Amino acid sequence: MKELDPITLAVIQNGLIQVCNEMDLAFVRSAFSPVISEALDRSDGIYAADTGELIAQGELGLPIFVGTMQFSTQAVIERAKDVKPGDIFIVNDPYLGGTHLMDVKFVRPFFYKGKLWSWLANTGHWPDLGGSVPGGFSANATEVEQEGLRLPPVKLFKEGVLDEEILSIILSNIRIADQRIGDIKAQAAALSIGEQRLTDLLDRYGEDVVSQSIKELKARASEQMRAKIADIPDGDYHGVAYVDSDGVVDEPLKIDMKVTSKGGELHFDMSGSSDPCMGPMNSVIATTKSSIYLAIKHIFPEVPINAGTFEPLKITDPEGTFLYAKYPRPVSGCAAEVSQRIAEAVFNALVDVMPDLLFAAPAGTSGNLAVGGYDPERDKAYVMYVISGGGYGGYQGGDGLSNGCSTIGISKTTPIEVMEQYYPVLFEEYSLHEGSGGAGEYRGGFGVNYKIRLRRGQARASMVMDHGRYGPLGALGGKDGGLNTVLVHADGKDYIPPHLSKDQDIQIEVGDSISVSTPGGGGFGSAFKRDPDLVADDVMRGYYSAGQAEERFGVLLDETGQVLRPETEKRRAKA
Amino acid sequence: MTGRVIGVDVGGTFTDLISVDTETREVSVTKVPTTLDNQAFGVINAIENVGTKLSEVFAINHGTTTTTNALLERKIAKVGLITTKGFRDVLELGRRTRPQPYGLKGQFKPLISREYRLEVPERIDADGQVVIPLDEAALRAAIKQLIDQDVESLVLHFLHSYKNRSHEARALEIAREMWPNRFVTAGHEILSEYREYERGTTAAINGAIRPVLDRYINRLQDELTNQGFAHDLLVMQGNGGSVSSRIVAESAVNTVMSGPASGVMAAAATCRAAGIDKVITYDMGGTSSDVGLVQDGVPQVTAELDLEYGMPIHVPMVDVHTIGAGGGSIAFVNAAGMLQVGPESAGATPGPICYGRGGRRPTITDANLVLGRLDAEKLLSVDSPVSLQEVKDLFVSEIGVHFNMNAEEVATAILQVANNKMAGAIRMVSLSRGHDPRDFALFAFGGAGPLHGVALAKELSIPRVVMPARPGITNALGCVVSDLRHDFVNTVNTPLASLDIDQVQKIIRQQIEDGKKMIERDRVKTEELVFLFTADMQFQGQSHMLSVEISGPDVTLEELQKRFDEVYWARFAVELPEIKAVLVNLHTAVIGRRESLDLAVLVGSDQKKTLGEAERTRRPVMFDGTLFDTPVYQRDALPSQLDFAGPAIIEQLDTTIIVEPGCKVTADPIGNLIVEV
Repeated sequence: MKELDPITLAVIQNGLIQVCNEMDLAFVRSAFSPVISEALDRSDGIYAADTGELIAQGELGLPIFVGTMQFSTQAVIERAKDVKPGDIFIVNDPYLGGTHLMDVKFVRPFFYKGKLWSWLANTGHWPDLGGSVPGGFSANATEVEQEGLRLPPVKLFKEGVLDEEILSIILSNIRIADQRIGDIKAQAAALSIGEQRLTDLLDRYGEDVVSQSIKELKARASEQMRAKIADIPDGDYHGVAYVDSDGVVDEPLKIDMKVTSKGGELHFDMSGSSDPCMGPMNSVIATTKSSIYLAIKHIFPEVPINAGTFEPLKITDPEGTFLYAKYPRPVSGCAAEVSQRIAEAVFNALVDVMPDLLFAAPAGTSGNLAVGGYDPERDKAYVMYVISGGGYGGYQGGDGLSNGCSTIGISKTTPIEVMEQYYPVLFEEYSLHEGSGGAGEYRGGFGVNYKIRLRRGQARASMVMDHGRYGPLGALGGKDGGLNTVLVHADGKDYIPPHLSKDQDIQIEVGDSISVSTPGGGGFGSAFKRDPDLVADDVMRGYYSAGQAEERFGVLLDETGQVLRPETEKRRAKA
Repeated sequence: MTGRVIGVDVGGTFTDLISVDTETREVSVTKVPTTLDNQAFGVINAIENVGTKLSEVFAINHGTTTTTNALLERKIAKVGLITTKGFRDVLELGRRTRPQPYGLKGQFKPLISREYRLEVPERIDADGQVVIPLDEAALRAAIKQLIDQDVESLVLHFLHSYKNRSHEARALEIAREMWPNRFVTAGHEILSEYREYERGTTAAINGAIRPVLDRYINRLQDELTNQGFAHDLLVMQGNGGSVSSRIVAESAVNTVMSGPASGVMAAAATCRAAGIDKVITYDMGGTSSDVGLVQDGVPQVTAELDLEYGMPIHVPMVDVHTIGAGGGSIAFVNAAGMLQVGPESAGATPGPICYGRGGRRPTITDANLVLGRLDAEKLLSVDSPVSLQEVKDLFVSEIGVHFNMNAEEVATAILQVANNKMAGAIRMVSLSRGHDPRDFALFAFGGAGPLHGVALAKELSIPRVVMPARPGITNALGCVVSDLRHDFVNTVNTPLASLDIDQVQKIIRQQIEDGKKMIERDRVKTEELVFLFTADMQFQGQSHMLSVEISGPDVTLEELQKRFDEVYWARFAVELPEIKAVLVNLHTAVIGRRESLDLAVLVGSDQKKTLGEAERTRRPVMFDGTLFDTPVYQRDALPSQLDFAGPAIIEQLDTTIIVEPGCKVTADPIGNLIVEV
């Protein structure tokens, strides 16, 4: 075979990514789950026929799915018998290359000219998979069975025909089942579109050329990643991050991240992390690995994603820690929370050595609040999710973004005007969490405050959030971001969850309210180096009080808000 | 009406003008440098340039980038906001996004700074019921505070005003009483759709640019009037229609993105006249390219465009998608040893290597030059000439050495990678709107569109390419041919099963009435009124919508259901009898058609009898690695009856057309060249 020319290689790379982009697009535009259609909590990709390795993934797939689907595809390959065109496997087992149960994967064999050529797979977050709480984010489950229905790889479609029996088992075990048929059809149709497009690509360029390009692209991605890593000086780096608690035992969980840079490879050792936990803050290995991949992708956004990208990232299985959960450990917090702490530990390890590239810790909690209840006026049960953002960390040359999406997501919030149409609640506030940005030369961004009041019926509230005990870490002398807080006013009394950021089944009645404040981002560099005029602007806008300006930034202001320069210099010199 | 009609479009670099005498059919065009500080100077210069007497002109339609630039550069008015208590930060917090999927850096600056965002007690719920009455004393105090803060433009934005506008309307009354100027904007006036961030931001944008546009248009109108122009200027809007200068500033947000829209309007008018009903428009410029879609002579319209990160504009606009690839896009070899083209652009400075302004990195324009597709001697904007050999040497040293390729091979590779990438983006644009590009014709315009049009069509299996008579001034032509247009959108958001169809019909009738009133206020002569009715629909539980054409005020439930099922099937190949359909928005566009221009006036005046006479020279041009002795024709001199095959190069003042070997070229009566791929 003749050597590949640079044009063909570039064209095939674009072609493969475009197949995935088209699957992403069809899926998101036709989905019903708002977590897929608005929060973009889905991903589509192409995987190798024999190894299940990632060949290409859509550019707008949810970051946490970078890499996880190759593990679930591998699980399907190991178990699949008698694979035929048109079959689609469904799987959500966390221990078989998954995340939490709500992430449901469809895996479809792709045949070209009668031969199994590759796999097409996608993941979508379903709003509910059964289990003890609506939405699946149980804060105090102790076994995976309490978290919902677990599906091993089974053929939901057999040669293109939906298996009504399996479907009926699924629909009998989940909440708001009536809309799921819409998501199932959308998810399967996206794979059919991928099949057409990939066939077109192979017809046009030939099987040999495409296969050879895939091999070459993998090698190139690996080279490119190695070239990036080579900029990190050889050495051992150490980072930490803490999860408030597991939701059951009120003790912090520690992620201990040792990163070694050596000869163009990065080695990750998390063996010093906490033991497996009782509650749902365990992480399955696929999620743990994927969290590291996505952290690296946030540091080097320009590196393309395929199996070669991950090759120089050597991860030692963290056996015996909560980052390598085995059956039946509960895992609902792994995709939304633990994953973000793992990424933070990677950022924390590398920010000192690569300060120009990195940033202080982002708020890093998805802030899941689920309120499930019954609306007597509409005679309807409902589950309402409020998912929140927080401040990003400051970085060399810029303050952190306010109300950014979770590290692992790329989603949008649902507008208040939409929430109030669907659910019997009234939002009384949606505002900037003043003072929450970590102080620094470049300060962190700000979190959000919101308050909702129940207007009709009764409801139960559950939440899985984090950073209630430890704010997102500052970097290079910057201060930590502000904390996540939850306050429930029910039955005439104020109630703060004992685990601060996690709780389950809090009973609320008409007139009761829930107030949440989300974390700010960490500050970057010493706050006493921040330009005093910028601090004065921040005070004028109400981001910080005058007292906070003095205490955190060493800046004194007169009654009109102007900087008192000599006093500020004196105050800062004292520190 | 007889006399002259003028279209004048202000672009980033040039102000283009076309002046047509409807009686004598005489056409003048000109290009003058854009005067950025005050675009009016460039406009007046252009008019003087063509020697048109303003007293003989009966219509001037003006496309301006004043508002788009003001927003992108944040040269906006000082704006204040008064909103529902508890929600002043909605405009700063946005929808919890970040600028890029990967990378956690980047910033967002709200249009209205926090110290100018005030709150008043008031609350209406999702059903339109008043929960907390409007506190008028607090409102007056807030207005006074903003006046004391020297705020120039006021925005009122209350939750659920799309459902019940009474609080916002009352606040507007009070504000008009107290505010020292006309610049008061209420959210519900601009659009009646739900989603507080998008509606609020759209209103804030309107507030921010209204004084800017008002000043600009008044100055220009005065200037034109002084010079003898006896009518109201028309101003292009992003929806592809125009509006009278006397009311344009009230809805200033409608003028954002009007430049790309006028290009698509010209394409629509041209193709309608040529009898082509499905068209993808491709406008390739120096740093980026704009792609649009036209069906049955009507451009696709969307109400969900983002001007930039965090700046959604939810008023109906021509659906133009911008791709980061243009003539100045830079080609390079990345760390993985792969050839890449763009998105980085050499811009106007240093520009492509061949511009001689210090550019040293190969661009798409340079690649066209190396292959003989562009004529080195005729390249515009050359300051200090660079020799072709210098360009070739750089192609080899920057890129060729990595792959052991010579300059021509590098240039071929750059064009192939670039065309492949642009074609991919066009595919995504058409697919995401539910269309297969193979069903369309490609309308190639802009300075560089005709250079790449045929190659792109090949890549996309598009059967034919339309090259209009004047590709370089298409936007100005769009101004000449555009009609008056006003759009009205109301949110209904009710499942068909519980929909009150009488109410729906009432809303549409009201929209028609409002539209007729607006057209009257324009005070511009129109030939007829045309109405376009669409419904935004979805299945219950979905958040994305499909836009469905409907018949009008007599629409029935059965029609809504049937139309939605058809469109959904066409887009996703999914049927969902299990789930209820929901009517989300009703959208009516009211179009006042102006006297239509006979586009045949654009045909060149210098036509020869035979193709041979139109041939200016021949030169070797490389196509797919092979050199062809290629004829170079002068566009104006081409005979009216044409039928020949490529390769060919067709040159005209404003662009160069490339016809690849084997493609057939014909001409139509209104001066389009049609290339069969």
